[in-house]
Amino acid sequence: MTPLLSVQGVTKRYGAHIGCADVSFDLYPGEVMGIVGESGSGKSTLLNCMAGHMAPDAGKVVFDTRTDGPRDTLTMSEPERRMLGRTDWAFVHQHARDGLRMGVSAGGNVGERLMAVGARHYGDIRARATDWLERVEIAPGRIDDRPTTFSGGMQQRLQIARNLVTGPRLVFMDEPTGGLDVSVQARLLDLLRGLVRDMGLSAIIVTHDLAVVRLLADRLMVMKSGHVVEAGLTDRVLDDPQHAYTQLLVSSVLQV
Amino acid sequence: MIDLQNVSKTFTLHNQGGATIRVMDGATLSVAQGECVALTGASGAGKSTLMRMIYGNYMAQGGAIRVGGVDLVQAEPREIIRIRREVLGYVSQFLRVVPRVPTLDVVAEPLRAVGVPRDEAQDRARALLSQLNIPERLWSLSPTTFSGGEQQRVNIARGFAHAYPAMLLDEPTASLDAANREVVLGLIAEAKARGAAIVGIFHDEAARDRVCDREIDVSRFSPARAA
Amino acid sequence: MTDQAYNFAYLDEQTKRMIRRAILKGLAIPGYQVPFASREMPMPYGWGTGGVQVSAAVLTPDDRFKVIDQGADDTTNAVSIRSFFERTAGVATTTVTTEATVIQTRHRIPEVPLAEGQILVYQVPIPEPLRFLEPRESETRKMHSLEEYGLMHVKLYEDIARHGHIATSYAYPVKVEGRYVMDPSPIPKFDNPKLADCPAIQLFGAGREQRIYALPPYTQVVSLDFEDHPFEASRADHPCGLCGAVDSYLDEVITDDAGGRMFVCSDTDYCETRQAAGHRGKDAA
Repeated sequence: MTPLLSVQGVTKRYGAHIGCADVSFDLYPGEVMGIVGESGSGKSTLLNCMAGHMAPDAGKVVFDTRTDGPRDTLTMSEPERRMLGRTDWAFVHQHARDGLRMGVSAGGNVGERLMAVGARHYGDIRARATDWLERVEIAPGRIDDRPTTFSGGMQQRLQIARNLVTGPRLVFMDEPTGGLDVSVQARLLDLLRGLVRDMGLSAIIVTHDLAVVRLLADRLMVMKSGHVVEAGLTDRVLDDPQHAYTQLLVSSVLQV
Repeated sequence: MIDLQNVSKTFTLHNQGGATIRVMDGATLSVAQGECVALTGASGAGKSTLMRMIYGNYMAQGGAIRVGGVDLVQAEPREIIRIRREVLGYVSQFLRVVPRVPTLDVVAEPLRAVGVPRDEAQDRARALLSQLNIPERLWSLSPTTFSGGEQQRVNIARGFAHAYPAMLLDEPTASLDAANREVVLGLIAEAKARGAAIVGIFHDEAARDRVCDREIDVSRFSPARAA
Repeated sequence: MTDQAYNFAYLDEQTKRMIRRAILKGLAIPGYQVPFASREMPMPYGWGTGGVQVSAAVLTPDDRFKVIDQGADDTTNAVSIRSFFERTAGVATTTVTTEATVIQTRHRIPEVPLAEGQILVYQVPIPEPLRFLEPRESETRKMHSLEEYGLMHVKLYEDIARHGHIATSYAYPVKVEGRYVMDPSPIPKFDNPKLADCPAIQLFGAGREQRIYALPPYTQVVSLDFEDHPFEASRADHPCGLCGAVDSYLDEVITDDAGGRMFVCSDTDYCETRQAAGHRGKDAA
């Protein structure tokens, strides 16, 4: 089987400081991988390098495109990469306002990706936006409201709907549940899990919340100081951590 | 179906002076289809450790653990996940679920994961829940708020929803009343009858005697004895 | 009566060359916003400094110049720009659309079809059609260069969602030759069809924003829309009160304190020409 995403030796330096160093892994269709580590461990840098938001100093990010098979997205032309970003890739930001247009209605936010790939039938766009609002448990009656009138959890769900409406195959998530109440987090996690299963999505989730990765991720990568210190099956890493840092991380979680 | 060869296990406690604890050596066992094997031994002998190694959430330092023809010691995570989804079921003592998800969906999920249509999966979930005497009014609620015994039964229903060819049972009859214990023993017998290979930990000796074909004392894999 | 203290058409020759280069580039890439080094003009921004610079760069001594503001030749802005070029270039001026060789306009396209050899110069306040949805210039430039125009339809979508139809009635975005999305300046969408396949050269100047763009003669210009909400040019509900025209863009004029009003052609030359030919509306004296 061809990996959906193959990351090879990705390295990013900020001057003398290491952002992330020599990171490699393969992600297969339908797999969800978590990346955990403390603040400054390089997990967000890695995510941004993979998603094309930042150019790494070395390495390859090979994506199995629909039309041409595996291609290094770092050497692709910018139009091609941006097209990927609108179609097969999705990016869920930690802060919904970074991923939404706050001055545009919920329906317009969801519809934008459809219009960006050529949808020109208002009725169809609206029907699909309505469908997606329902799938993320936002009342269809809110379709013409702006996200500024939504709660934090609703904004995050709207961001997810906006990202998934074009049926992407790979979703990058940066702390998708960060900053939300615990009860709202649970609802979002359940939603994400259902969507991942039903759509056969692959996802890469950056978080510092081990409970989130245990529920969502099949695999886990632990980062420290820009390096991957441990990787493997999520519950294996969490239940039987091998590296000193992972052991510290796991034992530091407060039990409830 | 489940085949362990010379499995060893070491814990290295990096944050406690790098202490290395060797807990298992030369673990070898084989469970055929339709067979149920009980792991026995004193508390701390390594029953749960062995069980977790078979399920893949503990890493073995040496040897081979084959389930359904795949060596889980060497396998890629996605391969282990496939085995868990299709081949190897695990009824643990603790229910771990996403909060807020209705009990019916929790039980149906393993079937949904192997592609069974929603209605069919829920029918099977309903049958199991009523068999295990979970009142119907609770099915639409999340099991996180249930009593310990109810959670245990939901966990069992979930574990038996899909007809796994291999199963791991960790104290399946603990904290159950006589009636529900009978139901669980019946489910185990059914699983054996359809050819499932089962490894279990049973403190309930009477239950162990009824469903298990063999016992393996894990203390014979403990390195202290080998040394 | 050219004031000899000024170079022809106010701007120095080097500046006019710079602007002409921008115009030529704009004509070569229809709809593309060409940056240019906009000069300080002796009038405030918002009064047509972009249009004036473009006019200054294209005027020749033989030209006949017309200026309209909202279609009218006799409003302050039109009068002062016209006299500005009378004084600094000494060119002939006219109010008759068909006689003019260069027409500077704010917010209208004349009703009389333009002809080959004519140049229509638009005053543009905000040249970037994507600006209200995407405030970053770096991002909008990238969107133009990569032809990422989904956002433009988001604006139209929002219109329909809020009003039940595309409520944008002026500065209605167009796509030029299937490539660049362009802001036609705040002309009413009534005028949008006239942009397309026009025999005249159309030049757009934005002074404050320092952009020039252009439509060469006979350019394909399509107003953006949805399949189920097609573009419709607005239609007046009334004939002109003065000349009786039913095909022109009308202004509403309040005539007394009792709420009396009349609708008249916004294109004064068109209206007067029709009245001179004997056409009369219901409010004509």
